[in-house]
Amino acid sequence: MMDDLKALYQEVIIDHSRNPRNFGALESANCSAEGVNPLCGDELTLQCWLDGNDVIQDVKFVGQGCAISIASASIMTEMLKGLKKSEAESLFEDFRARVTGLDEFRSADIGKLEVLSGVREFPTRVKCATLPWHTAIAAINRSEEQVTTE
Amino acid sequence: MSEVALKTPTETQSGNLLDVQEIRAQFPILGEIVHENTLAYLDNGASSQKPIAVTETLERYYATQHANVHRGVHELSDRATEAYESARKTACKFVNANRTEEIIFVRGTTEGLNLVAESYGRWKLQPGDEILVSEMEHHSNIVPWQLIAERTGSIVRMIPMNDNGEIIQEDYLNLLNDKTQIVAITYVANSLGTVNPIKEMVRMAHDAGAVVVVDAAQAAPHISIDVVDLDCDFLALSGHKMYAPTGIGILYGKGELLEAMPPYQGGGEMIRRVSFEGSTYADIPHRFEAGTPNIADAVGFGAACQFMWDIGIDEIATHEKELLDYVHKCADRYEDIRIYGNAKHKAGVFAFTLDKVHAHDLGTVLDRQGVAIRVGHHCAMPVMKHFNVAATARASFAVYNTYDEIDRMFEAINFARELFG
Repeated sequence: MMDDLKALYQEVIIDHSRNPRNFGALESANCSAEGVNPLCGDELTLQCWLDGNDVIQDVKFVGQGCAISIASASIMTEMLKGLKKSEAESLFEDFRARVTGLDEFRSADIGKLEVLSGVREFPTRVKCATLPWHTAIAAINRSEEQVTTE
Repeated sequence: MSEVALKTPTETQSGNLLDVQEIRAQFPILGEIVHENTLAYLDNGASSQKPIAVTETLERYYATQHANVHRGVHELSDRATEAYESARKTACKFVNANRTEEIIFVRGTTEGLNLVAESYGRWKLQPGDEILVSEMEHHSNIVPWQLIAERTGSIVRMIPMNDNGEIIQEDYLNLLNDKTQIVAITYVANSLGTVNPIKEMVRMAHDAGAVVVVDAAQAAPHISIDVVDLDCDFLALSGHKMYAPTGIGILYGKGELLEAMPPYQGGGEMIRRVSFEGSTYADIPHRFEAGTPNIADAVGFGAACQFMWDIGIDEIATHEKELLDYVHKCADRYEDIRIYGNAKHKAGVFAFTLDKVHAHDLGTVLDRQGVAIRVGHHCAMPVMKHFNVAATARASFAVYNTYDEIDRMFEAINFARELFG
């Protein structure tokens, strides 16, 4: 039971939540999106610079939330840089499968995101981990609607 | 498990004669094992657990009494009607109303408040009229007023609170004027535990010619309610927070107001005569109970009232006050615990944040140790805004809670501190 907690709140997660990477406004942004979790009040704004070839050149976020959502956003921004839009979308699918435990038949390499896989033991917290991703996907697809977990 | 920082001091042992272990035995769910720990259920403000007396009443109702009410000529319909109307009498006594017709069964507080907004509000409100709503209201006592204000051209004004979580009475007095039609206030604030001085506030509203709608959802489990003494015009409460089943609550309204108000929903049960030329409506309370009511849970509601009377509402309040004093005393030992709601008069609720640990993470860590609390904005986003916090943690107490459970909460908080250290 405590092992689950220790697997969820690994040092890497605590570190990213305390010192989120790519936190702040992105001057060069050409797309952005807002995400909220109305149940808990978590909110974040993600800005992205998508070049003419649909490659994510830079990405930053601001917002507030629990350790899981902030760490997830922080690690995500590190991973997204340099990815094509389609690669980002497919990475999200792999990540989502891993944290919801639906990846029984897939073993995609999700790299550093592996550190968040402990979330699968905490169904009520999956949305915390996926909110930044939903927001990022909305941004790069230039969706106007606010992203919500509900 | 981290080191035990708190031992229950002997001076905090319950001084009243409540046999908490005997009461706990009436709630089988309290023996549930959660993540390898015995459950410590401290989320009663969201919903309380149900005693055997209530669940057995439901079983007995379905096994021996059920049919539709007020319709059949047969024996079971008589039994169901008798059980349902007898529950109404019990509910009437529970809030000390003068007449049973003043009690309308609703799904819960939310429906009760919406009923008043829709029926009374739509009938009375004119463009420019004002509705006063306090800053500490649950969303269910804000949004129905915003909806009706939008449709009637009236205005919702906020009665502010101070940083202790108390309504600022001078501001309230200043806000009251001859345009004020409705004052909507909570008896006990769900996010802070503040007990508001309803009786005084009602008097002030009446002096200004306004009616008062009281949200008693959080008060009903802790306070002996007396609508005659309060002189409030409407009062709504939910059964599920006071040991009754979900999906049932009551709305009390003064008879002369209810009798003058237009129907809320149309359907069977609420009519006297229907024709395509027009329909006439039943007398109260049935005018406001369209369709087949939630008979079984109303009967369960009656059993929950009886459960509370058997223990004694004052005894329940005393026990919970002791728990609240104890939790505050424990919290005072930690500099990283910030408390929300320091009103002089408080009931049932301990809301807090822990520095360096977000409320959601705290909720998860506590849950894994079997301690159930609520985290989030508690459907009171204006309160969160007032204190400039996105989410708080809330422990809320019921008659079956113990000092040991509070100790376990603080042990679990210690573990969270270590984890996030």
